[in-house]
Amino acid sequence: MIALAQLAAAAPENPLIPPIPELVIGLIAFAIVFIFLAKKLLPNINKVLEERREAIEGGIEKAEALQTEAEQTLAKYKEQLAEARHEANRLRQEAQEQGAALIAEMRAEGQRQREEIIAAGHAQIDADRRAAAQALRQDVGQLATDLAGKLVGESLEDVARQSRVIDRFLDELEEKAEAAR
Amino acid sequence: MSDVTTLASETNCHIFEGCGFPAPGLHNFIFKPLFSVGSFDFNKPMLLALLSTVVIVGFFWAAFNKPKVVPGKLQMVGEAGYDFVRRGIVYETLGKKVGEKYVPFMVSLFFFVWIMNLWSIIPVAQFPVTSIIAFPAGLAAIVYIMWMYLTFKKHGFVGGWKNVTGYDKSLGPILPLVVVLEFFSNVLVRPFTHAVRLFANMFAGHLLLLMFTIASWYLLNGIGIAYAGVSFVMTIAMTAFELFIQAVQAYVFVLLACTYVQGALAEHH
Repeated sequence: MIALAQLAAAAPENPLIPPIPELVIGLIAFAIVFIFLAKKLLPNINKVLEERREAIEGGIEKAEALQTEAEQTLAKYKEQLAEARHEANRLRQEAQEQGAALIAEMRAEGQRQREEIIAAGHAQIDADRRAAAQALRQDVGQLATDLAGKLVGESLEDVARQSRVIDRFLDELEEKAEAAR
Repeated sequence: MSDVTTLASETNCHIFEGCGFPAPGLHNFIFKPLFSVGSFDFNKPMLLALLSTVVIVGFFWAAFNKPKVVPGKLQMVGEAGYDFVRRGIVYETLGKKVGEKYVPFMVSLFFFVWIMNLWSIIPVAQFPVTSIIAFPAGLAAIVYIMWMYLTFKKHGFVGGWKNVTGYDKSLGPILPLVVVLEFFSNVLVRPFTHAVRLFANMFAGHLLLLMFTIASWYLLNGIGIAYAGVSFVMTIAMTAFELFIQAVQAYVFVLLACTYVQGALAEHH
């Protein structure tokens, strides 16, 4: 070192011989910069950079969580909507089925009532016809007997005979009517 | 010719007035002491070196002392500079995992070298501190010692020597030649080239600026005024160029430091 310093002093013009005072000052100057940056200022900024990175990533995570929640809610709503639609369909179908059953039932009832009415009508007509035939037979017998009595001059009072003759007569009439039909 | 720095205007002599061109030279790199304490002379480069420290620590103190998650303007600029060295140089060469440990050193180194270079074009200062070999030599010595320490710590004594000499059995008969050359280039020349590369660039840059500045003044007479104009334009152009070179040299200096560290930590191949 001393030799180098002497050399520097002896040849001040040689720019490649480092002068010792400058060397020392340079190292001290650099050491101060290094100590300040390495011990205080760069750790400071590193901490903040880390915080910032976390803040940004935290923000991203929060946004992701919100998005997931929104998607879940949407899915839930869609499911509920589908359920409601399904329920409505089911109700409508049920109502249709019930309506159809009701109509069929009423139709059957109407049919039954109609048939009843028709049957009652037929029975009435039959009874009336029979009663009319009975009454007619008696009236016609009476009239015929009266007419015959007047014609023959004899009283045909023997009811039994009378009845037999009249019946025979009417039967013949009926037979003729049958034959004519 | 005086043996200490003189300003161009101090000669007060122009062309055609019977005085020669006061060419810049080595005397421009030797300063009268500003004050002396015993045999210790405190000169301008020393002052500028200490001012560099003040500027760098002052700036980063203002930017990073109370940093905020949402940065202010100054902090943003500081972060950009910090990130440039951290990502652009250290992570690129050493990788994030290994490099993280060396980030503070490399960041300090980059800004220290850069600001010391930058004085070259700062009015009044106008002298690149790194053009005094002692300053780059000191920094190169730190890097050299660090490199040697890391090499022998990582590979042991024999492995360390193998690492710095590029020892590789597969080389066969040329192995001795390679070992000698690598030893010479790595162990002996490397700290020298590391320092001189920075020193010489700044030295030459300063000479160029001086050359055109002095010429602009010296030629300021008669027809010489036209030439003085050209010289002045060159002064401006070279100033801009120096601004670029200063940053590049600081970058190269730190990049080389990183490369040396990487070499020290590299596995055998």
